[in-house]
Amino acid sequence: MTIPFDKLTPTPITYDKEMKLKTGSWRTFKPVIDNEKCIKCFICWKFCPDVSVIVEDEDSFPEINYEYCKGCGICAHECPKDAIDMEKEV
Amino acid sequence: MRKVITGNHAAAYGAKLSRPGVIAAYPITPQTTVVEYIADFIADGELDCKFIKVESEHSAMSACISAQNTGVRSFTASSAHGLALMHEMLMWAAAARLPIVMVNINRAMGPPWSIWADHQDSIAQRDTGWMQIYCENNQEVLDTTIMSYRVSESSDILMPSMLTEDAFYLSHTVEPVDIPDQELVDEFLPSYEPRYKLDVDEPYGFGSLVMPDNFLEFRYLMAKAYDTAKERIVEVDREFEKTFGRSYGGLVEHYRTEDADYLLVASGTNSSTTREVVDQLRNEGEKVGMARVRVFRPFPVDDVRALAKGVKAIGVIDRTYTYGAFGPFYTEILAALYGQEERPLLKNYLVGIGGRDVRPRDIRDVYKNLVKVSREGLDEEMTWHGLVGPGGDA
Repeated sequence: MTIPFDKLTPTPITYDKEMKLKTGSWRTFKPVIDNEKCIKCFICWKFCPDVSVIVEDEDSFPEINYEYCKGCGICAHECPKDAIDMEKEV
Repeated sequence: MRKVITGNHAAAYGAKLSRPGVIAAYPITPQTTVVEYIADFIADGELDCKFIKVESEHSAMSACISAQNTGVRSFTASSAHGLALMHEMLMWAAAARLPIVMVNINRAMGPPWSIWADHQDSIAQRDTGWMQIYCENNQEVLDTTIMSYRVSESSDILMPSMLTEDAFYLSHTVEPVDIPDQELVDEFLPSYEPRYKLDVDEPYGFGSLVMPDNFLEFRYLMAKAYDTAKERIVEVDREFEKTFGRSYGGLVEHYRTEDADYLLVASGTNSSTTREVVDQLRNEGEKVGMARVRVFRPFPVDDVRALAKGVKAIGVIDRTYTYGAFGPFYTEILAALYGQEERPLLKNYLVGIGGRDVRPRDIRDVYKNLVKVSREGLDEEMTWHGLVGPGGDA
């Protein structure tokens, strides 16, 4: 929906959760973490360009936020233990 | 305090007095000494500022953008190929509405390799969204740096400014320059307080995607900011005069244009020579004046239209050529005057390209030719002044 220009900030600024674009629907392949192989190094968390790898605390396994993950596959590429599979979305 | 300094030194003083929190720059001839003087100021404890050494001009602009996004005033300087390498980030800075101020030393683009004065580098950045101010002398470089922050940071503008000085004619030539007191500059230029910035206590996301249903409105906001800037540049110029006693005429400086039959339009250091020639010609009884177009973006359409009234002919002197068209100042003036009831004859003169010396007699030749075509009719729209070869005028 078009927001009138006099109601806009000078440049697009995201400040409201409702305004965020749910980019998860763009995905063709989804990352799936195999906790058997995961060593909790959190390299996937460091590399994710969309902050879609969620780490609650250092003892937990990382999880993927599928509402925002675009399926770029960087996490799978960087994982030193090949613990992340990119599975085709159905 | 009065000092005899180069244009680059004046630019460094202008930056220092504006108290930026971050300066990121990469050295390139003939801009290098700007960065060196700033490094000296910081090393000597005269300027409290983070100087970020970067690996390229693209990174320099990126660092300034990041700094501004955290709510910190930033400054940079570049020239020619360095400015070209910034191109992508110049666009980002403008549309992200970050009021960065930079000094560009106008230098020819290679090949052929050249380090001399030419306006192609900044003209090629015309559509990046940066305001462009072409300075004539070293004092104007210093003063315009301070004024540019005032204009750019206005909450109803928020657009970056690029001021330019001609390579060597200003960058490396010394002139007496008045260096204003820091207290007066602090009064004139309040600290930078943007409404939106990166702040952990009030988190915002910047640079998000906008769908086609709203992109147009964001561009319209920039157009409105430019309309406001046209007025604000004039207002700030007047306020500057009240505090510091110097004024530059806002968008266009009118020099002996009253009752003029012929008008020469110039920019940058070409205008100093033109000013001298106008004085000579006036002494000889010729009715000629000069319009120095200081601000190229926003383009002073209304001023140009007002100046053209009652004038027989206008000679537009350009220090660069736009491939496949004309000189850039000529093209703008031509567009501004089309549709006006009173339209003087207009001719474009390319003078001083690539640092070719511009002597008073060159400007006299331009004037003589302008009077001739005004009486006999236009021979060609654009002249390569000083061209050596078949058909050349040299």
